[in-house]
Amino acid sequence: MVVEIWDLHCHLSGVPGDTPEARLGELVKYADRLGINRLCVYMGMTWSYDPSPAEFRKQNDEVLRALKRWPDRAFGFVYLNPKHVKESLAELDRCVRDGPMVGVKLWVAHKANNPELDPIVDRATELKAVIFQHTWIKTTGNLPGESTPMELAELAGRHPSAQLICGHTGGDWEQGIRAVRSRPNIAVDLAGGDPVAGITEMAVRELGAERVLYGSDAAGRSFASQLAKVRGANLPDPAKRLILAENLKRMLRPILQAKGVKV
Amino acid sequence: MTPRIIDANINLGRWPTRRFPLDDPTRLTQALRQQGVVEAWAGAFDALLHRDLGSVNARLARECQAERTIRLVPFGSVNPAQPDWKEDLRRCVEDHRMPGIRLYPNYHGYTLEHPGLVELLDLAAQRNLVVGLCLMMEDERMMLPRLRVPPVNAKPLASLVSRIKGLRLLLLNSLSLLNGPTLQKVVQAGEVSVDLSMREGAGGLSSLISLVSRERILFGSYAPSLYMESALLKIQESDLDAPTRLAILEQNAQRLLSARTERPTSIDTQATHPRERTASP
Repeated sequence: MVVEIWDLHCHLSGVPGDTPEARLGELVKYADRLGINRLCVYMGMTWSYDPSPAEFRKQNDEVLRALKRWPDRAFGFVYLNPKHVKESLAELDRCVRDGPMVGVKLWVAHKANNPELDPIVDRATELKAVIFQHTWIKTTGNLPGESTPMELAELAGRHPSAQLICGHTGGDWEQGIRAVRSRPNIAVDLAGGDPVAGITEMAVRELGAERVLYGSDAAGRSFASQLAKVRGANLPDPAKRLILAENLKRMLRPILQAKGVKV
Repeated sequence: MTPRIIDANINLGRWPTRRFPLDDPTRLTQALRQQGVVEAWAGAFDALLHRDLGSVNARLARECQAERTIRLVPFGSVNPAQPDWKEDLRRCVEDHRMPGIRLYPNYHGYTLEHPGLVELLDLAAQRNLVVGLCLMMEDERMMLPRLRVPPVNAKPLASLVSRIKGLRLLLLNSLSLLNGPTLQKVVQAGEVSVDLSMREGAGGLSSLISLVSRERILFGSYAPSLYMESALLKIQESDLDAPTRLAILEQNAQRLLSARTERPTSIDTQATHPRERTASP
């Protein structure tokens, strides 16, 4: 049986290629071998923890360039820095309202519970864009602006109609799942950690399969190791189908329909 | 055709801080067999924190011998920082007929420069054992705060390997720590292989082959800690040709152990290898 797979979480770094489109082409090559149909891509060829407006615009330009070459295989999320609210809102308009992107990526510049995120989340929600917030609870210590799932849960409480995604399920997923459990507008991203057995089963048990999303964090991570979190989970096939593509499709359908994209 | 796989990296028992869906030996071996694994090299999670390694190793040997679904090959543990560790080594070789041992320097509290380790590796080489060196067992960022065990500092590894004549080293869970020229240097320092369980990156296995050559890579799932599909899907992701698949899935592991049994041991030349003792599936 062929099951559709949409990968929530890919990057243009860590993969060979001189141009953004060449790098996305490499990702597509590996994705094809594993039957992955669509890739969500965000951030550019070189990363920055705390990007200036010029830096995030450049990174978004690279993603836009890659999307142009692979319009049927990839979706883009706009990378923003909430420390620069005015410029972030303008960039959101440029890439999502007026461009092809369908989501927002927030990384480690500013913690998710800061009030500066509120106008960005409001505007993204108006545009029907999903909001992906990187999170981690690191025993070794978080970066200064790195959010925890608990901080994301605070943001979700202030924006109950926003569609939020908890990146990496908080890294320490046994804590991350608990932290977002009471916030139904948060889904969890399985990407980016070692494929420790049991993560997906716990996420489904505590959140329901409808709130769990497959993502890889390629090219830093292997598509294979992350896909194994779903393929190898002791879950019924309907739950796996939701996680592999149907949930993300459901979340993106309003904005894709608004943009006239058929999926 | 279902591949025949030798899995060089599994563990029996329970992880100290969580249950895994396959941490029951019956479920684990059934799942391994369903994926085409015909033989698996097993360590014991108990070896990480238990001090009575003699008991841990005896239990591991019994559990492996009792298994009939697939061949389980026990790799006992020796801690060269413990008193009278040579007796543990002797029992592994003579009493349990183990073809190799596993070492956990970070959990056992010694570095790669510990004098006892040099002596242990030397003895292991003399006895033709395959030495599995575990550089980490869990992402440090994910550890329980009160049970933090930083990964092994692998800096002295190449120099260490080059000093031990005849050492057959299998680096387990090493590839998120070792990469690029550092990894190449270690592998080129002697007869060093790696298991693929923690190799990451899109097409990571292909790039690993170009770094260390296919002969040095063994299939390792690190089950039940990791979903075993991870290692299997990496083979698919890297689109390997048939000879390379065969080498990684089966032949390299076979060669590592058979090379061992072809060499006389100074302790017990009549020792029978577990592969010959255990019933075929």
